[in-house]
Amino acid sequence: MEHIRTPKVEQVKLLDRFSNKSVTGTLHLTATHLIFVESNSTSAQEIWILHHHIASVEKLSLTTSGCPLLIQCRNFRLVHFVIPRERDCHDIYSSLLRLLRPVSYDELYAFSYNPKQNDQQREEGWQLIDLAAEFERMGVPCDQWQLTDVNREYKVCETYPRDLYVPITASKPIIVGSSKFRSKGRFPVLTYFYQEKKAAVCRCSQPLSGFSARCLEDEHMLQAISKANHNSRCIYVMDTRPKLNALANRAAGKGYENEDNYPNIRFQFVGIENIHVMRGSLQKLLEVMGTRSLSMTDYLVGLENSGWLRHIKAIMDAAIFLAKAVTVEGASVLVHCSDGWDRTAQVCALGSLLMDPYYRTIKGFMVLIEKDWISFGHKFADRCDQLDPDPKEVSPIFTQFLECVWQLTEQFPQAFEFSEWFLIQIHEHVHSCQFGNFLGNSQRQREDLQLKERTYSLWAHLLSEKQNYLNPVYSLSFAESHPVLEPSTQAYHFKFWRNMYHQYDRSMHPRQSILKHVLTLKESNRELEGTVQALKTKLQAFGVSTSPLKPQTPPRERSLPSRPQSLILGAPLLSRKEVQQEEDEEVLGEEAREDAPASTDGERTVEGSSATENGYGELTGSFGSKNEPAVVTLEFGVARMTC
Amino acid sequence: MELSEHIKTANVEDVTLRRPFHPALRGTLCVTSHHLLFSNRKDEASWQLLILLKNIDAIEKSVENLFGYPRAVGSSGTITIKCKDLLVLQLEIPGMEECLNIASSIEALSSLESVTEMYPFFYRPSHLTLLGPWGLSTTEQYYKQTERLWDRWRVSKVNSDYSVCPSYPSAVIVPREVDDDKLIRSARFRQGGRFPVLSYCHHSNGMVIMRSSQPLTGANKKRCKEDELLLQAVIDGSELGYIIDLRSAQQAQQARMTGGGFESKSCYRHWKRIHRHHERGKVVQESLIKLVEACSDLSHSVDRWLSKLENSKWLSHVHSALSTAGLVVECVERDGHSVLVHGSEGTDNTLLVSSLAQIILDPASRTVTGFLCLLEREWIQAGHPFQQRCAHSAYSHARLKQECPSFLLLLDCVWQVWRQFPLALEFSEALLLRLAQEVYASNYGTFLCNNEQERCAAGVKENTHCLFQSMLKPDIEEQYLNPLYEPTDLAIWPSVHPQSLQLWTGMFLRWTEYAQNMEEAREEVWSIVKEHRERV
Repeated sequence: MEHIRTPKVEQVKLLDRFSNKSVTGTLHLTATHLIFVESNSTSAQEIWILHHHIASVEKLSLTTSGCPLLIQCRNFRLVHFVIPRERDCHDIYSSLLRLLRPVSYDELYAFSYNPKQNDQQREEGWQLIDLAAEFERMGVPCDQWQLTDVNREYKVCETYPRDLYVPITASKPIIVGSSKFRSKGRFPVLTYFYQEKKAAVCRCSQPLSGFSARCLEDEHMLQAISKANHNSRCIYVMDTRPKLNALANRAAGKGYENEDNYPNIRFQFVGIENIHVMRGSLQKLLEVMGTRSLSMTDYLVGLENSGWLRHIKAIMDAAIFLAKAVTVEGASVLVHCSDGWDRTAQVCALGSLLMDPYYRTIKGFMVLIEKDWISFGHKFADRCDQLDPDPKEVSPIFTQFLECVWQLTEQFPQAFEFSEWFLIQIHEHVHSCQFGNFLGNSQRQREDLQLKERTYSLWAHLLSEKQNYLNPVYSLSFAESHPVLEPSTQAYHFKFWRNMYHQYDRSMHPRQSILKHVLTLKESNRELEGTVQALKTKLQAFGVSTSPLKPQTPPRERSLPSRPQSLILGAPLLSRKEVQQEEDEEVLGEEAREDAPASTDGERTVEGSSATENGYGELTGSFGSKNEPAVVTLEFGVARMTC
Repeated sequence: MELSEHIKTANVEDVTLRRPFHPALRGTLCVTSHHLLFSNRKDEASWQLLILLKNIDAIEKSVENLFGYPRAVGSSGTITIKCKDLLVLQLEIPGMEECLNIASSIEALSSLESVTEMYPFFYRPSHLTLLGPWGLSTTEQYYKQTERLWDRWRVSKVNSDYSVCPSYPSAVIVPREVDDDKLIRSARFRQGGRFPVLSYCHHSNGMVIMRSSQPLTGANKKRCKEDELLLQAVIDGSELGYIIDLRSAQQAQQARMTGGGFESKSCYRHWKRIHRHHERGKVVQESLIKLVEACSDLSHSVDRWLSKLENSKWLSHVHSALSTAGLVVECVERDGHSVLVHGSEGTDNTLLVSSLAQIILDPASRTVTGFLCLLEREWIQAGHPFQQRCAHSAYSHARLKQECPSFLLLLDCVWQVWRQFPLALEFSEALLLRLAQEVYASNYGTFLCNNEQERCAAGVKENTHCLFQSMLKPDIEEQYLNPLYEPTDLAIWPSVHPQSLQLWTGMFLRWTEYAQNMEEAREEVWSIVKEHRERV
C-alpha cells in the first residue's frame, strides 16, 4: 500500500479505443487492482484491471482536456484514460509502475488471493490433477516403460519434474550420461504413450554435439526408446527449429543428432521460429489490429505481414506430422528444440491432443497443460513476465498453443468438450498470477515457493464454473468415431482469433451468440428433463401410470430461460460474488436488463451496436453537432431504443 | 435450330466421374437439351448427378492421342466442368470423338441466349401449377399492406407500358402530391428514366429510403424543376434529407462529362449529399474470379493465401456495402431523415445498399417470406439486369461483358449480418446458398431476363414457375429456417470492423471437406432446439 500515493481520482475520462466515445468516472487504485467506476448511475460500468495484467503504462503528452494515460494489458485489453490534473496522472502513473513490477514472489496476487475456502478445500483443489494417474491412464508403467527415481531430488535435471518415465532398458548411468550431453540436462523422457501401437512420444533438449561430439549413453538412450517399440524400430527425431538455427547452435557446442551416429533414427527439421520471432510477430499483429478505422486491405496485409498465422500453421504442421508418425506408422517420436521447453511443449501437447480424445475434454485439457507445460518446465514466469522482467525472455508461446487449439475447435466444432471461452479464461489466468499453477519456471521452484500450501489451484476454480465453458455441440460419438483428429492445413483454415485478441473490444463482437443461446437451451432441456422425472416419481407415488404422458398445459410463449450475463455474448458467466477477480464487469447492468421480459416496460435493449462506434461514417461530423434523438441513447455499444 | 441438333453424342458408357473429396465413380453420361446426367447403377442403389447445362460456367477438355491414332482403342479424353455454383467436376470419357462431341454440345447448350429456350420454360413438375398469380406480391399489394404510406404516398401507373422507364415495373410508389407529368419529366432527367421512387418506409418514424439513377445534369449543370419538386415532396417540410451517392465525389464530377452528374447543393437545397465510393461492374466480377481462384488453389502458404484474399478485394466490397448500408440506416433510424440512394445506373449498388439497409432496419424483411418479398421488390421488380449480370460466374473464360455479382455480394453481406445476429433472421445460410445457386442457373423463371418489360415480352409469368413461391411451400420452407430465430423489432447494426467480417466459407469453400463438419454441428444445434421445443 505504501506505493499508492493517490488512491482515488474523480472525473476521469475513459476513451473508447475504436471510436470517439468516452465515459466519465472515478479511478480507484488498490493494492491489487486498478478500478474504474463510471459515474453515470443508471448503467455504472466498472472495469477492474489486475496489476499483474498490466504490461505497460504510458503517460502521453498533456492535452487540453487533461493528461492521457495509456494502459496496455497482457490479456490484450487496452484502456485509455484522460485524467484532468497532471499531478494525479503522474501519481497514478508512478504508483502503477511500481505496482506492476513486483520484486518478489510474495508480492504476487496469488499469495493474497483468498476465495474463502478452508485448507481442506484448497488441498482438494490441488489434488484434482494427478499426473501419475494420467500416465497410468496411458498404460505406463508397462513392460517397456518404467518410472525412474533418478530425478527424485532434482539432481539430474532441475527443470524436469521428479517423476519421469523412461524405457526399461535405460539404466541410471545411461540416463545420467545422456543428460550430460543434453542442454540443461533435459534428457529424453516419455510424455505420451500411444497404447494402441505402443508408440511413444518423448521429449528432450538439443544434444551438445557441436561439430563432431558424440555421447554413447545418449545414443544408447535413443536405442532404448527404439527397442521399447516393437511395432517400429525406427524413431523420428523432430527438431522443431528451422535448420539454420540448429546449424548456428553447432558453433556454440550444441546442435542436433547426426544420423550416422544414431542407428534407426529419421531426423527431421520442422521450422518453427524462436521466441524472439514470435514475440515480434505478435507485436506486429497487435499493432495492426489496434489501428483505428482499419481498412480491409490494411487488415489483411497487416495480418499477412505479421506472419502470425504462418507461425500458427507451422506449429500445427509439426503436431500433425507427429500424430501421423505415431498413429499411422506406429513409430516412436522424439521431439526437441533448443532447450525443449517452448516449441517442444507446443508440439508434444498439440500432437497428443490430436491423438487422444481425452485431452479434448475439460479435465483432460487441464491434465495436458499440467503435464506438457507446467511439469516439464515451460518457463511461465519468464515467458509471461511475472517477475523480474527480462523483455527478451517474454514470448507468447503458450498463447500460440491455445490459439492452435482454437483453430482446431473451428475445424472440428463437435470434437471439444469446451468452448473458446475456456481457452481464453486459461489465458487470462496464466497472466493474472491469481492462482498458483502457473507461477515460477519449474516444478522445483514451485515447491520451494510452497504454492500448494499458500495459493489456490486454477483448475478447481475452472471446474467449479464448468458449465460456462461447455461446448453445446460437443459429441461423444464424434470423439469415438474420430479418436485421431486429422485437421486440414489448407491456408484458409487459419483465421484470426478475434475473441482472443479483441476480447475487450466489445464493438467487434457478434451481437448475438449461437454458443450462448444453445448452451441455455441445453441447460433448460436438462432442467425440464429433471422436472419430468420428478413429476413421474411423484405420480408413481400416487399410483398413477405415467405412460402416455401428454402435456397438460399449453406451451407457454417465449418461455426461454434468462441467458447468462457476461461481458461478451457467449463468454462465461462470472459470478457477482467474486468481485475480487472481476476484471471485466463492463456491461452487467445492461445485459441484466436484456434478460428481463420484453413486456416489462417500453424500453428494451438489442444486442446491437450504435452507429457511431461502427464507424459507418462521418455523419454527425459533417453536419455539425446534431443531438441524438431522445429515443436513442447510446451506451457502451448497446443501443437502447424505445419501441 | 433445334436444341437437340447440338447433341452429337447423347450417351456414353463407362465414364469416370471425379469430384473433390469423393471417391471416383463410374457410370453412364447422358447429355440432353438442358441437362447433363451422370448415373451410376453399379450398386443396387443407383446414384445420379443432374446438372443444368446453364450451371456450367466453363469446360476444359484434354484429349490424349490427339494426333496419331484417332480411333485407337484406349483413346480417351477428360472434360473438366466448372459450374457457376463453384463445383468442379472431372469426367473421363472413353473415346476421343465422344469426348469432343460431348464437350462441344455442352459448350453450345450452356450458352443459350434466347430466354424462351431456357429450361424454366420446359420445367413442369407435377406438384406445381402454372395457374394462379406469379410471384409473391405486387407494388399495389405492398402499398396496401403498408399503412404508413397511405397518407402521403400513392401508386403511380405512369410506367404501365414501360415507356417512361424501361427497367422499372409498371407500378411504382411516389409522393402523393407529385403528378404523373412531373414524373415523366423527372424520368427524362434521370439515366435510363429511373426517377426517384420509394424503396422503403420506416415503420417507426415514417422516414423513407428512395432510389433512382444519377441525374443527367451534364457539363453545363442542367436542372429539372420537376425532379427537384419530386425530391422536395419526399421530405415534405422537414428540413433535411440525405442523398447517398455511391460514387466518390470525383467520380460524380467526372460523370458530368458524359452527361451524368449529381444533385447540386444549390438546386436541391434541403438535401445533403454524401459520397461513398463503391466499385462496380467489371471490377467486382474480377474480384469474384480472383477470390474463387484463391479458394481453389490448395497449394498456398498462409501468407500467399492472405495476400490473394486481399488482392481479390472481395471483402473490401463487402465492407463498403455494409458500411454504406449502415450509414443509410443511421440517417433513417438515428437521425430521423429520409434518404435517396443512387450510383450511376441505379440498378446494382443502389439496390444492394437499399435492400441491405432494409434488412438492418426492418424486422419484416428478416423473415423468410419478408426476405424473399424484399428480393422480389428490390431486385426483380426494380430491374436488376440478372440476365446480363449473371451470364457467367467465376470460372468462365469468356470475355467479360456486363457480368457483375452484385446479387452474390448482397447474399454475402446478409450472411455477415446473420453471423453477427444469428438469432435475428428467420432464415438460415441454406436459403442464401440456394439463392446463390438459383440466380445463375435455375429451373424457375424468377431470375430470367433483365426487367419486368422483358419478362412480359417473353411470357415468363405465364410459362415458368416462380422460385420464391416454391420455396415458401411449407415442407420446403422448413429447410431454410433458422432454428434459433427470435424476432426483434430493433435495428440490427452490424459491426464493420474488418476483424468482424469473414470470408463466407459456406459459399466459397462449400465443396471442401470443411463443409461436412460444419453441417454436422448445425444438425446438432437443430436437434438441441427441437428437443427444447418438445420439452417446453
